[in-house]
Amino acid sequence: MTDTPVYEAVNIDRSYGHVRALQGVCFDVRPGEVSALIGDNGAGKSTLVRILAGAEPPDAGTILFDGTPFTLTNPTDARVRGIETVYQDLALANHLDPIQNMYLGREIMKPGLLGKLGFMQRAEMRDHGRTEFTSLGATVDNFSGAVAGMSGGQRQAIAVARAAAWASRVIFLDEPTAALGVVQTKGVMDLIRRIRDKGIAVVLISHSMPQVLEISDRIHVLRQGRRVAMYEAGKTNLEELVGAMTGALDGKDVA
Amino acid sequence: MSTQTDKRPVPSMEQVSALSRVSNRLREGVRAQAMQIVLVWLAIAAVFSILSPTAFLDAANARNIATSVSILAVLGVGTTFIIITAGIDLSMGSVLVFSGVVSSMVMERMGDSQGWGVAIVGIVVALLSGLAWGLINGILIAKAKVPPMIVTLGTFGAALGLAQVLTGGLDLRTVPDVLVDSVGFGSLFGVPSLVIIAAIVVTLGIITLKRTRFGLHTCAVGSNPEGCRRVGINVDRHLIKVYALAGLLAGLAGVLNLAFFRSTTIAGNSLVNLDVIAGVVIGGTSLFGGVGTVFGTTVGLFIPATLRNGFVILGVQPYWQQVVVGAFLIGAVYFDQVRRAAAMRGTSTSSRFTRIFHPNRKDS
Repeated sequence: MTDTPVYEAVNIDRSYGHVRALQGVCFDVRPGEVSALIGDNGAGKSTLVRILAGAEPPDAGTILFDGTPFTLTNPTDARVRGIETVYQDLALANHLDPIQNMYLGREIMKPGLLGKLGFMQRAEMRDHGRTEFTSLGATVDNFSGAVAGMSGGQRQAIAVARAAAWASRVIFLDEPTAALGVVQTKGVMDLIRRIRDKGIAVVLISHSMPQVLEISDRIHVLRQGRRVAMYEAGKTNLEELVGAMTGALDGKDVA
Repeated sequence: MSTQTDKRPVPSMEQVSALSRVSNRLREGVRAQAMQIVLVWLAIAAVFSILSPTAFLDAANARNIATSVSILAVLGVGTTFIIITAGIDLSMGSVLVFSGVVSSMVMERMGDSQGWGVAIVGIVVALLSGLAWGLINGILIAKAKVPPMIVTLGTFGAALGLAQVLTGGLDLRTVPDVLVDSVGFGSLFGVPSLVIIAAIVVTLGIITLKRTRFGLHTCAVGSNPEGCRRVGINVDRHLIKVYALAGLLAGLAGVLNLAFFRSTTIAGNSLVNLDVIAGVVIGGTSLFGGVGTVFGTTVGLFIPATLRNGFVILGVQPYWQQVVVGAFLIGAVYFDQVRRAAAMRGTSTSSRFTRIFHPNRKDS
């Protein structure tokens, strides 16, 4: 883990009509680190992630990637820099199989005329895809069945593994375990650790405080569109986090 | 029940994975509605063959059935793609008529030639006309966000209306002889040209849907359009392409129709859309999008045609065909719903029927 942020947001503002969703938010993630983003409903977590994923533009503020300012106009701008996002609602195509989902929008085409005609390197995608899933420890037993028939945990693992396979620098996970049981949650947590160990910066949004304390290196607390606190996970506790989220600890602003 | 004849070897360790892969393939193949519908069709054909071995089981009769399906099959390919995107096309019959009309008018203007020069111009005009209607459908659906049912209901009326305006409601009959002789009534090795052309279109449709990125994205867009946008697929453009393809095929169907009937058949195609959609749905393509096969559609179109043919041969009132096809249609959608519900629950539908192909079946 290094201390230089790979991805940094400075003084981000974002309003929807009269609602000021983000007011001068600063945020940064470092390589090989899990940064948690917590806050009550409406604190601005999802807005911040959407902005950093390129899904919507900020009204003001600077975004730096590897220390260089750049402008995101669409999700592709983020993706080409190795920044991937797993949204709450999965975004897998349920009728396709795990491999097709992994390569959706990034299919490997056959060389030459066949590729121009739209034919894909199916064998190559299948082999590479299997390797990726296996190396991330995502247990997929059926690579050629539609993901609709798989369990919630498996689908979440596929969605996370897909993002991890393409993310070379930063991965945003918006509530990756919200709908999962205990065992499945543990599977996704292990997956997150493996992604972190690859040197990728992980941003985890979660409502589960114990989970956040367990896995994160740093915890950023948002409240009413501001980052009100930032803690090292080892040096904080549940009460402090809840206090910062709800405003009971005003005055201890670390941001 | 145990009609199964596959000699299952005792699975040794290294054979297990290969065996389970083959059995998965087989199981999925049989579970696919397309394969089940083939068996249904074979059953229907078998019944008619037993009841009327001489008249039904005859090469000429098979040719008749295949010819009557050809034009519908060409339309069915485009419609399958559209329904997989969770869309619908009601306009194809009118686009077919309109394309035939403009094609015939252009060929008439070009003079009395019965040669290939005029015919080729006519074909191109029909294809372009179909493509244009497809683009109109696609742009209105993808960009203006008008629901497909409404857009294509609108163009269904508009294309037919314009065809009638252009002709004053009277069928045109200008078709070069070469087109009628080669396409309409020609044949190769005893197979009618219409059937050959339809078979080529269906084959290309199957390959495009199964093997190309275009086909994959068609399923993906029907499955989860928002997810597709997030991974950078241009969903709007893809929808426009799909409707344009269907329009192009409707234009081709217009040429085939013109060559076969030697007439623009203005009044005769108002129910073609329903016949084709019924075939697509019977063939296992889900109206909710995401899954479907061109092969299934083709078989789904063969069932009504075979029933009609068989009823005529047996002297049953052919109107019964509509009753039976109606029941098939509802049954097909019912099974699709059951399958979707099962998929939502995360369980797989394991009917007794599909289980006979499962190597680990408990009752064996």
